[in-house]
Amino acid sequence: MNKLKDTIRDILYYPSAIAGAIIILLLIALAIYAMIKIPYSEAIRLWRGGEEVWYQNPKTAPPSWYNLFLAKKQPVSFAVKSGDTEGSLLKKVTPGKEDTASIDFTYSFDFNYDEFPQEMMVYFTSTFQSKQPFVSIYLITPDERKIRISDFGLNAKQNFRFSQDEKLIKRLKTENVMVALFSVPKSDPPVPLKGTYQLVINGVTFEKGSDINAEFVFHGKVFGLAGTDISRRDLMVPLLWGAPIALAFGLLAALGTAVLTMIIAAIGAWYGGWVDDLIQRITEINLVLPFLAILIMVGTFYNRSIWTILGVTVLLSIFTGSIKSYRAIFMQVKESTYIEAARAYGASNIRIIFTYLIPRIIPLLIPTLVSSVPSYVFLEASLAVLGLGDPVLPTWGKIINDAEMNGALYKGWYYWIIEPAVLLMVTGLGFAMLGFALDRIFNPKLRGL
Amino acid sequence: MTAVPQTLSEGTKSKAGTSTLSRVARFAVIRLVTLFITVVIGVFLTIMIANMGGYVDEIMRSEIRERTIMRVAAMTANQEVTPEMRKKLTEDMIKLEEKRLGLDTPFMVRAFRYLGNALQLNLGRAVNMISDSGSRSVRAIILERLPATLLLMGTSELILFFSSVFIALSLSRNYGSIWDKIVIALSPTSAAPPWFYGIFFILIFAALLKILPFGGMVDAPPPTNPVEYTLSLLKHLILPGASLIFSSLFLSIYNWRTFFLIYSSEDYVEMAKAKGLASRDIERRYILRPTLPTIITNFALLVISLWTGATITETVFLWPGLGRTLYQAIGLYDTPVIVGSTIIYAYLLAVTVFILDFVYALVDPRVKVGGSGQ
Repeated sequence: MNKLKDTIRDILYYPSAIAGAIIILLLIALAIYAMIKIPYSEAIRLWRGGEEVWYQNPKTAPPSWYNLFLAKKQPVSFAVKSGDTEGSLLKKVTPGKEDTASIDFTYSFDFNYDEFPQEMMVYFTSTFQSKQPFVSIYLITPDERKIRISDFGLNAKQNFRFSQDEKLIKRLKTENVMVALFSVPKSDPPVPLKGTYQLVINGVTFEKGSDINAEFVFHGKVFGLAGTDISRRDLMVPLLWGAPIALAFGLLAALGTAVLTMIIAAIGAWYGGWVDDLIQRITEINLVLPFLAILIMVGTFYNRSIWTILGVTVLLSIFTGSIKSYRAIFMQVKESTYIEAARAYGASNIRIIFTYLIPRIIPLLIPTLVSSVPSYVFLEASLAVLGLGDPVLPTWGKIINDAEMNGALYKGWYYWIIEPAVLLMVTGLGFAMLGFALDRIFNPKLRGL
Repeated sequence: MTAVPQTLSEGTKSKAGTSTLSRVARFAVIRLVTLFITVVIGVFLTIMIANMGGYVDEIMRSEIRERTIMRVAAMTANQEVTPEMRKKLTEDMIKLEEKRLGLDTPFMVRAFRYLGNALQLNLGRAVNMISDSGSRSVRAIILERLPATLLLMGTSELILFFSSVFIALSLSRNYGSIWDKIVIALSPTSAAPPWFYGIFFILIFAALLKILPFGGMVDAPPPTNPVEYTLSLLKHLILPGASLIFSSLFLSIYNWRTFFLIYSSEDYVEMAKAKGLASRDIERRYILRPTLPTIITNFALLVISLWTGATITETVFLWPGLGRTLYQAIGLYDTPVIVGSTIIYAYLLAVTVFILDFVYALVDPRVKVGGSGQ
């Protein structure tokens, strides 16, 4: 107990250890938050989802906080549905004569940006027996112009894209509908007109029980806290879920390797003879085997699941140089008098190994364990960057790989790479800082150096 | 944490009484035999893994079948051929192709034959890969990529090694100074691998500042003038080299510094200081001398590690080196290339380890070749 207290006091003496510990705690909190906020199955559904899940998001939009640093403010994306409670697409139904009804939707939004949006869309759903409902869409600009966008009969499901409507393009005499709609009239080059815009949809139904619902989607040029990738996915999902996966992989691999190495080294040192020889020979053979190449082969030929990779990583990492240094320490400990005493009272081999030999080395093990976590976290990311990431799970490495594959660096989508990279870096630094400090605390040779 | 000498030496027990020469010879023979067996087992395991115990054969068979069916369909598109004839033609071509790739002999037979060839450095022919000069020989493919890897890894690893040893030596003499503290504070940055810094470097210097190329080895098209060619090569070398160096520089300095510090707190160093020796002499004779075996070991292991290349860094920077070739070979199920690269590494490692045992004895009078090790 006292020893633990001393250790904690020692740790407090190292500011880098405190910083590292805080980072690790924050990461654990982030991981728990991610798992509670987005359950596993939901995360997979979102990550694997295509257009039907992510249609509301613009493509490769940087995060909204980009605007804080930009002189020219980029429009922020949003989507509203009729029927949502707050700030929603307002729906008003007025019954007319002979089963007809007019259904009007209005939505006002502020547009105070210096750039034009990517696209606007309205998704309609309607119910009817045989007579299609009819809608007309208008946009009212801040200077009170009422621009007729389009009018058409509705199918059960229909979407309307502003930029792709031929008639609208002809009527506005322009190639770029968004610029024409949102600019100050006759300005050249076009300047966005700031103020409150209003979208008005006038619908008419011709049957009893017929109804219309609409969803207005505004694709700006920035999105959410994390931005989106090229398939419109919100990067928040993989960024959040990357945390528990990276921590699980890093910690399990480090712990598995360290514990197994320690046990095998102890067994070899204790029994000696052919057991020890065998372990030594396996270690030498393992030095010849190409570690990364084998992982790549397993990923390519066999299975890219993160758990397979984890198992192979641990297997290949057991028999390395550290087994030799542990063995050297065990050889010394083996000669201690307390081991002799244990032998004299008739303790079994297993008992001696697990209760007398191994505990002696744990102080040495902890720093190694903590500082080896980053290398495993980065190993997973490295494999993902080679395109051998887990096909199902969203991880930080996979985001970087996606970004690389789509030329994010060439096309200026820097946020796409920087966000996961910063998280990886922070994780690596957290564990490395704590590990280094622990190494100096537990390793008497390094004390004071 | 410190750079511990990694010797594979186990030391064979030999009873005193024989002459030094026979002791050394005995040791050398036993050592060579154990190392050779290690290499054989290591390479055999690699062969097994690279074929997934024969599973890759299945993949290749189905690929050949598919390809041949397509080819036969294309060949006979404008001819009147009965389905039977077409089928026979297909089967014949499949058999021929399988024979060419040696798929007609059972896998285990092939694996052992292959092991034998590989051990004789008879690397054979690649299955799918072709060298830039158009050869299928594994030797040609590897030799073609070797200069690129040696250039990248050689420059960066040598700079890294010597700069970290010398910086560490001077830091260990002034430990506690501001530079020492900076290095300690920065050492956790080595948690990230080179490709990671590579991405940041590309982002800063290629994408934002536009002063260095994104990747590749020379400009396209390559300049014909040798001076311009060299300049272009150097320009492309800066970013990958810098990321390889940067990612391990601080940890490497830190490790060497700690290692030297442990040695400089020895009594004989204090004694030398008390005698009033110049600090250069202390460094050379009392710190570098006893640490020489470790330095040599690390240097030797570094030199052979050049062989494996830096797979991911080379991939990120599109550098046409051995590491990237190995990765491509795996993607193409090209076992001969994978095994070829492994066997050469294994041999280099074994020879280095063997030589190191003798070098230790030369530089460190406390070590006796073949003497009872522990």
